[in-house]
Amino acid sequence: MQNVQTNQAPVVRRSLLQSLGVDIQLITMLVALVGVWILFQIWSQGTFLSARNLWFLAVQTAVVGIMVGGMVLVITARQIDLAVGSVLGFTAMLMAVGQAPVVENLPGLGINWVIATLIGIAVGVLIGAFNGYMAAYWSVPAFVVTLAGMMIFRNAAFSVSNVTISQLDEKFKILGGGSIGALWTIVFGVLMAIFVVWQALSNRLRRQKHEFEVRPLWAEVTVLGVTLAIIAAFVWVMNAYPIPNTNIPSGIPIPFLIALAVLGFLHWMTRSTRFGRYIYAIGGNPEAALLAGINVKRTMVYIFMLMGFLTGLAAAVQSARLNAAVPSLGRDLELTVIAGAVIGGTVLAGGSGTILGAALGALLMSSLENGLGLVGVPTEQQKIYIGLVLLVAVLWNTVNAKRRKL
Amino acid sequence: MNPLVEMKNISLRFGGNQALNDVSIDLYPGEVVGLLGHNGAGKSTLIKVLSGAYKSDSGRIFVDGNEVKINNPQDSQKHGIETIYQSLALADNLDAVANVFLGREKVNGVVLDEDTMEIEARKVLDRLRVKIPSLRVPVANMSGGQRQTVAIARAVYFKAKVLIMDEPTAALGPEETQKVGELIKALKAEGVGIFLISHDLHDVSDLSDRLTVMKNGRVVGTVNTKDVNEDEVLGMIIAGTTPKHLVNK
Repeated sequence: MQNVQTNQAPVVRRSLLQSLGVDIQLITMLVALVGVWILFQIWSQGTFLSARNLWFLAVQTAVVGIMVGGMVLVITARQIDLAVGSVLGFTAMLMAVGQAPVVENLPGLGINWVIATLIGIAVGVLIGAFNGYMAAYWSVPAFVVTLAGMMIFRNAAFSVSNVTISQLDEKFKILGGGSIGALWTIVFGVLMAIFVVWQALSNRLRRQKHEFEVRPLWAEVTVLGVTLAIIAAFVWVMNAYPIPNTNIPSGIPIPFLIALAVLGFLHWMTRSTRFGRYIYAIGGNPEAALLAGINVKRTMVYIFMLMGFLTGLAAAVQSARLNAAVPSLGRDLELTVIAGAVIGGTVLAGGSGTILGAALGALLMSSLENGLGLVGVPTEQQKIYIGLVLLVAVLWNTVNAKRRKL
Repeated sequence: MNPLVEMKNISLRFGGNQALNDVSIDLYPGEVVGLLGHNGAGKSTLIKVLSGAYKSDSGRIFVDGNEVKINNPQDSQKHGIETIYQSLALADNLDAVANVFLGREKVNGVVLDEDTMEIEARKVLDRLRVKIPSLRVPVANMSGGQRQTVAIARAVYFKAKVLIMDEPTAALGPEETQKVGELIKALKAEGVGIFLISHDLHDVSDLSDRLTVMKNGRVVGTVNTKDVNEDEVLGMIIAGTTPKHLVNK
């Protein structure tokens, strides 16, 4: 620091990780994920990393993946949403009752599945708006508002119908279990690869032009190489799993694609838009945000509405995958989603959390569930392991945050 | 010459507590007015009325001789009034660039224009002659002086005519305090009017041209700094009495 004259890109000695320019949190998450995968691969004698299992893992991750990014924003703004599991159940029931031909042995409403789905999602958004309004404008702690919502909407789901609504629309089912086929999967992979390379290149050139700090070239190449390898492996695995009883490759499952799109959008939104910036500002220092002229209350309402939207979307995917809605759908899901966000590095005190981290957190959670099931750990014991992982993750985050601050 | 800012007969009540009672204060271009008083005297409340954080029950505010309504922080900023709060100013989890532009980000369409913001932030910080190793790390990792500079950079960038500084050196070491003092003098030379709030006489006496002392929500008196000695000012702060030789002024 001694030889720094101005704020022109200073010459500072950097550790290996700093040079890579990747959050240490993200690296730990990736290492943990790879570790868990290898462990289950050995434990399950080679079934965990089979194309078939990974394809199902992708499908299983989708619902939490869709919701976890929203929860990151809620928690980052120093709020919490405990109602999402119940709201998922309630909106799924609305969507199902709307479109099913038969409800409780009577003819159903027979609403077009698209409209039924949109109604369900709209109800999710409205519930979110209400939660946000209560928390922001009436200063009711979000914990209490959404705890009430958790009770209310679970029973509201049972009030819609207390039996399983099955036989949903064929097209609706694609949301939960369809896949895009080999060709589109390859197209997707190629487009992603081009996008990633273009993004890295244009960023680097632009930063160099302005004489900002840039990563060393080797670091840039390493990060890019790893990203491209992940994309290639993903495409290969998704196409290696054939549609059952055929030789036709499945390709990327639609629910996973939806989750990817949601997470990609949220990642962009948090880093590149005012709304995203304000969420972090509110979480970091609500008073400073207010004094800077940010409309804190309105921003909070929008955050909860976004969470409601994602919950509705996840409800569609979940019920489409089951080809049924049950009023108990999504029970305890709020805890899984919060756990995913926290494992992914979101700090409950607010102000800190990344979409990428939470995405990996969600993947780690579903990997644990999937893997433990695969090796025959009984369901009633699985949560012990998951709970322990959550504990370790939080401990690690806390230690890390302290070290970074000093 | 019109005052830059004139607050006339401002009153504000919080429940049973008369936080501000018929307070009047003014500030001229290139002038530093020290606002003194014990904790709870009403200093911070008064400046929060000016910065739009609170709304007064009664009273009028003039900027450049024209009456203005300040209902929120944006109104205040629109009139060229920038506030640097003691500890509330920055979002610690955001970097220096984000903090300088917080609430007034530059955008291309809906996308934040990070490049322009970084260039501009760098320029203004260079102008303040402050070394900040990286503009892209959270300000939580910076020293108190660096953080205060980021807060000042924010005000300077948006061309403050009036700068309100609430205990700007309270958390700083001697060297950094001196640095902030130099910044204040430089801004004053550029014609910026500055309200300097402190409960410590020494902080403000060197820098300010006039002193306004408050007690229990009222203005005890406003005096030229050079007309009074330390004991007289302490008398104003503690006993609430104006020095005899200034009573009729």
